[in-house]
Amino acid sequence: MAENPAVSEAFDHEHLADERRSVVILFSGDSGDGMQLTGDQFTNTSAVLGNDVSTFPDFPAEIRAPAGTIPGLSGFQVNFSADELYTAGDSPQVLVAMNPAALKANLSELDSGGILIVNTDAFTRNNLRKAGYDANPLEEENAFGEYELVKVPLTTLTRNALEDIDSLSTQARDKCKNAFALGLVYWMFSRPLENTVRFYQTKFAKMPDVVEANTRALKAGYNYGDTIEAFSGRVRVPSRAVVEPGIYRRITGNEAVVYGLVTAAQKAQLPLFYGSYPITPASPILEGLAGLKNFDVRTFQAEDEIAAMCSIIGASFAGSLSATASSGPGIALKSEAINLAVVMELPMVIINVQRGGPSTGLPTKTEQADLLEVLFGRNGESPIPVVAPATPGECFFYALEACRIAIRHMTPVFLLTDGYIANSSEPWKIPDVDQIEEIKAGNRTDPEGYQPYMREAETLARPWVVPGTPGLEHRVGGLGKQDVTGNVSYDPEDHEHIVKTRAAKVAQIANFISPLQIDGPEEGDLLVLGWGGTYGAIREAVTRCQAKGYSVARGHLRSLNPFPSNLADVLKRYRRVLVPELNMGQLAFLLQAHYLVEVEKLNKVQGRPFQIREIMEKIEALLD
Amino acid sequence: MSEVMEEKTLTRKDFVSDQEVRWCPGCGDYAILAQMQKVLPDLGIPRENIVFVSGIGCSSRFPYYMNTYGVHSIHGRAPAIATGVKSANPDLSVWVITGDGDALSIGGNHFLHCLRRNVDLKVLLFNNRIYGLTKGQYSPTSLEGHRTKSSPMGSIDYPLHPLSVAVSAEATFVARTQDTNIKHLSQILQRAAAHKGTAFVEIYQNCVVFNPTAWDHTTDSDVKDDNILYLEDGKPLIFGKDRDKGIRMNGLQPEVVNLSDVDEQELIVHNESEDNPHYAYMLSRMEDPHMPLPFGVLRSVSRPTYDELLLDQVDQAVEQKGRGDLDQLFKSGDTWTVE
Ligand code: SF4
Repeated sequence: MAENPAVSEAFDHEHLADERRSVVILFSGDSGDGMQLTGDQFTNTSAVLGNDVSTFPDFPAEIRAPAGTIPGLSGFQVNFSADELYTAGDSPQVLVAMNPAALKANLSELDSGGILIVNTDAFTRNNLRKAGYDANPLEEENAFGEYELVKVPLTTLTRNALEDIDSLSTQARDKCKNAFALGLVYWMFSRPLENTVRFYQTKFAKMPDVVEANTRALKAGYNYGDTIEAFSGRVRVPSRAVVEPGIYRRITGNEAVVYGLVTAAQKAQLPLFYGSYPITPASPILEGLAGLKNFDVRTFQAEDEIAAMCSIIGASFAGSLSATASSGPGIALKSEAINLAVVMELPMVIINVQRGGPSTGLPTKTEQADLLEVLFGRNGESPIPVVAPATPGECFFYALEACRIAIRHMTPVFLLTDGYIANSSEPWKIPDVDQIEEIKAGNRTDPEGYQPYMREAETLARPWVVPGTPGLEHRVGGLGKQDVTGNVSYDPEDHEHIVKTRAAKVAQIANFISPLQIDGPEEGDLLVLGWGGTYGAIREAVTRCQAKGYSVARGHLRSLNPFPSNLADVLKRYRRVLVPELNMGQLAFLLQAHYLVEVEKLNKVQGRPFQIREIMEKIEALLD
Repeated sequence: MSEVMEEKTLTRKDFVSDQEVRWCPGCGDYAILAQMQKVLPDLGIPRENIVFVSGIGCSSRFPYYMNTYGVHSIHGRAPAIATGVKSANPDLSVWVITGDGDALSIGGNHFLHCLRRNVDLKVLLFNNRIYGLTKGQYSPTSLEGHRTKSSPMGSIDYPLHPLSVAVSAEATFVARTQDTNIKHLSQILQRAAAHKGTAFVEIYQNCVVFNPTAWDHTTDSDVKDDNILYLEDGKPLIFGKDRDKGIRMNGLQPEVVNLSDVDEQELIVHNESEDNPHYAYMLSRMEDPHMPLPFGVLRSVSRPTYDELLLDQVDQAVEQKGRGDLDQLFKSGDTWTVE
């Protein structure tokens, strides 16, 4: 016990701690400083302790922008709470700044009264200059008056703690300063170290000296907090009181998509073919699936976006469940082939992890500006169902649902996520696999009366007949065609008929999806309607406004094409409708066009998610 | 069992679809279609396991006329679609029908990458050195100076050599044949079908409407034998109407020699399975007027195919980790339980 004070006495100090319902910490440093790993560890430990957690990583666009500069910063924001959380928080109460750039870029975000931990060793002349400081702000009197400033010589302290680990270079030892910082933050919030120690043991299993160095730095950081009593008091964030029982884990949106696709393939008893070309922020889906080949997942890293799309058409034609993912620019390249999938009426899922556009735009930042692209960015009349999960965890269900719709209705389906939900994480209740409904994916084998474009009455789906089936040989292609026979036809009536049939087929999906749920008054002054990754901020903003006594309701669309069948009716029941979006008003545009309603818009295109207060201000302005 | 029976009873007619063929009368495509329909019954592949995939162009209408599974896709993309088909079901015999514009211009990227991956596909490129379907613009194989509707003063593009492109792109099987030489065409189709891996065949095809003289030097009876070198594995490179000419190396260059002056021993002996692609590349660059055009199989080497390797990895993963279990997957990493 004496050897391991940090580990075993973690909770002995609890009675000293000040209690808070939730705290937001922002870890910020150079992209080489290990901020993602540090934030991730803090989040995992908190989740395991029973807090709700929500995270928002913020990566630089360049792999290694110059060290010490603001563009080179990598940030990880974690919100952990005793109550249910919906976002990673508007602004941090604790900022860990590993260098001057991190201080400069993030100080204005820190709540007044917040705690500011800085690595004083990094405040060298060179780093100060790179961050754009003329003088060292830490030496200015009263420069941080409204904050609690904790100056820690992180590099020096880490070096001292690891002095005798000779097998590691100074550089390697210095890398452990993030572990020291993490230890200090663990102390501050009375968190145990075991989880992270175990993580080091697994991650660096082959390098025992690295395990030792990180573990020691972590404990040194923890003990440092204890020794210097740097903070006015420790803070305790209790576990959540009411949580649905079950086994939980953290999940990011991209991970959830991977799991959803694999689950769909298993539930349909089909191999999964995934063709994709690397692109930020969708690549983790390709990487995730490439590691799951024992689920009969076949990943194909194509030569370009077009080939990725074409390969999944081929795989679908040959009977696999198939999917691809990209982001806006890649979807643009795929669009000709997507139309081939539309006319071939084959099942497949196309995932668009939206990022800031247009053109290359902001690859690592989030935006919702591809809604109109996926709906209309192709030649001709090209209806495709679009589903959009609202949270990282929902990406699992909607990836599965997209596959289900694709197979049931024989159509490509868009799954529209964004950089925010793709990369951020939340606790996810692990579903009971046996309870997940099977996907009926029978291929027709009966030649009797078969026609390639004959249709089922309820869905208008054509039969999925795959090569290898005797007696059902047929040809399909992109040319104009006659319904039922599928024969090439340029006949005016044939063309109009099949165009209308495809539209009706997609429209009919509305009979199979859930109606829009409303939270709040069933009718009244204001409905806030959102879609996609803005869910958390909208939900929290509306909840807070309701608590303040405002009459405001909230709904969140998961199906953008077709819209839920009750949407027209819901819209009529409110005097005003507010649509907050991370674009210039694309859903608003659709609602106005479809339902001839007037829509209040709240738009933001900064590559960042909404803050709760931004939405609250708009709601209050509309209702006051 | 039914498959075995079908193999025996299949005839050319079984491969003829009910669609009316719509190429111009006299087009070289007819002969290729007919040979394909003749060759397929002999391959012993059940009809339902055959898939034709094409892009856009005159030749790309081909799948509609074959009573097999087929996809008439979009311009240039057939190799990518076919890769998906073959990866989903490696038991299928997958044929890509393409043209000079489809494969080498708009679809150049897919063409290259399908060859380098060695996906088990048969790629037939109908080369007529013109855009036929769009009514006569110059193509990436049109010769310099070719006057077409879009190059009234003559094309200023240097043409691509399809065989050279294929060899450079790591193709494991590279061959050339011609629409009018039915016997040779049929042999080469059979060789392509038998190859495991991407089999690339350039077929000189006559567009009677927009480029009718493109292949005259290989079809006119008085000159063709002096312009074509029929490759035979293990045999010296000999050609000419009277088989009186041969090819030998002179330093780093091949040269045409007269057999009356030179001993046959000095000639290059064709070796299609030479692993190093230099030799096949050299053959692919032989062109009139100084050299004969090689017909036949330039290169045929064996290498594991993409589809084979892809499924091998699935099997390996199952062997190493066991068949995927969703519950286990979801619970990998840090979890916690709420009671
Ligand atoms: S245009 Fe030329 S290639 Fe096309 S069908 Fe007519 S003859 Fe054949």
